[in-house]
Amino acid sequence: MSDPVSALKNIFDDTGLVRVSEIGPIGMVTLRGDLSDKVLGKAAVAAGGVNLPEQGQCNTEGSQGIAWMSSDELLIMCPYADVHARLADLQEKLAGSHALAVNVSDARAVFDITGDHLREVIAKLAPVDMHPDQFNGTMFRRTRFAQVPAAFWMPDGRSARIVCFRSVAQYMFDLLKDAAMPGSEVRHYA
Amino acid sequence: MLTIHCPCCGVTAEETEFHAHGEAHLKRFGPGSSEDEFEGYLFMRKNPKGVHFERWRHQYGCGKWFHVARCTMTLEVFGSYSAQTTEPPQEIMDIIHDRRPDTAAGPAR
Repeated sequence: MSDPVSALKNIFDDTGLVRVSEIGPIGMVTLRGDLSDKVLGKAAVAAGGVNLPEQGQCNTEGSQGIAWMSSDELLIMCPYADVHARLADLQEKLAGSHALAVNVSDARAVFDITGDHLREVIAKLAPVDMHPDQFNGTMFRRTRFAQVPAAFWMPDGRSARIVCFRSVAQYMFDLLKDAAMPGSEVRHYA
Repeated sequence: MLTIHCPCCGVTAEETEFHAHGEAHLKRFGPGSSEDEFEGYLFMRKNPKGVHFERWRHQYGCGKWFHVARCTMTLEVFGSYSAQTTEPPQEIMDIIHDRRPDTAAGPAR
């Protein structure tokens, strides 16, 4: 059996303001349905291993978690090796519900950026107010990074995790590297 | 640059995260309607200078559709509201009447 590889084979760059690294592969399941439905909620909690997130938030714990994508969509994250088992379990639990669960692990690329200037690197690329009073805690934001759709959250104060489509992984890496070019500090949030 | 609020996911962002999709509150004329009515439904739009009701989609965010009331001249955004309605809610109309007392603008034709 062939080994799973991530889009950019875990490439990294630490010459800039932040360390940019492609991580993964990470198991991801898209779950669509009525989020207020108890059966769906329970199944999602079992698959994601954390509590259901509030609107616009995500709950993560190590390599697993659940993110609120929209009013009828959740993103369930888990170790890549577990995704088939968790998806099968999820689908079994949702057999009687009007819901859709799909393994999208190989359709995504995930980046980790770490460093003091993390907020301004993101602010250069996305139309998001990155002030610590505005974006903090377990907030999860779907937005665009320059020309491509992406979502991100901050697992802790010093790093952010960005999810985008696998087909634009190289673009995203170049973008983050450019925005973190040495000497391009804005110090807006300093 | 417009700053728009998405009533579906609660995010407020500038317009590039969204996409405008034209006039809201159109009445559909389908099979059985006259040719004039069908033409009006397909092609005739108001294009006002002033208060306008529009359909928007949170393109890069939650992906949901909603409605926005704004002024095409000053680019002032009066507010956004659910797309699951046939006319603007009273609170949006109150804001518009407050800001534009001389405009009797409504979506009705």
